[in-house]
Amino acid sequence: MEHAFASTSRWSSTFAEEVYAMNLSKIIELVKGTVIIDSGGETDITSVCSADLLSNVLRYGKKGALLVTCLNQPQVIRSAEISDIPAVLLALGGIPEKDMIALAREKNIVLITTLLPMYTTCGILYIAGLRSCAEECDA
Amino acid sequence: MPESCSMEGSFHLMGGDFTNAGSASSALKAKLINSGVAQSIVRRAAIAAFEAEMNVIIHAVAGTLHYLITAEALTITVTDMGPGIEDVKLAMQEGYSTAPDWVREMGWGAGMGLPNISKHSDLFKLDTVVGEGTTLEIFFHLKERNADS
Repeated sequence: MEHAFASTSRWSSTFAEEVYAMNLSKIIELVKGTVIIDSGGETDITSVCSADLLSNVLRYGKKGALLVTCLNQPQVIRSAEISDIPAVLLALGGIPEKDMIALAREKNIVLITTLLPMYTTCGILYIAGLRSCAEECDA
Repeated sequence: MPESCSMEGSFHLMGGDFTNAGSASSALKAKLINSGVAQSIVRRAAIAAFEAEMNVIIHAVAGTLHYLITAEALTITVTDMGPGIEDVKLAMQEGYSTAPDWVREMGWGAGMGLPNISKHSDLFKLDTVVGEGTTLEIFFHLKERNADS
């Protein structure tokens, strides 16, 4: 049976454009992060997407965001790449799988780990001025 | 892209191949960028393609992802040999999923796949037969949005 669906998107004004940006090196310092894969250049982060559901990353992630997650497998890097997210931060001492590291290197996505839990990590970044990709649910 | 030109191609998708999951959408994204499609459309198309690709990886035995780029539109067609969708209305509902627990533990199966495709596309059509498979046609207007960018 065939079904057709018009777009349910609200592109124009769901969220205001981010104006704040923080250099990734500052973020690494704040969360006492360890860099696993470095992009080799300067990266500015404009918002944070904290999620362990990859469809939420695809739905709410924004270009230029930092992805904070506890997932340690390669599809996290795919989701970042597809969503124009330049850096992934593994919280709670997450150890990335080999395939995840290889894909991050191939796609030039910065990969960082921190021993801090997700809540604390996000709290530190919020206090420092970074805001969420999605300030409220648009469902 | 010139009015008279079009470009098309396809990728094979293997059900259960989580190692390469997303590689077709990644390759499609690169092709769209190289074709001069506006950045905002590239991102939306890549996300919709990735969700559709993951549906095949998670639920089907195999499938194909076909793309057609013309001056006016991008059409992504994802066809699979899978179980089909018993209740499309339910499947379109956010949070409804038939994915197994081990898939959820990987971060997928949140019941957001089809709603995300709907959100990011201009139009999509779903044709499904239980026990045979599913075809998704996902459309993006290129002309006016390219002009905007």
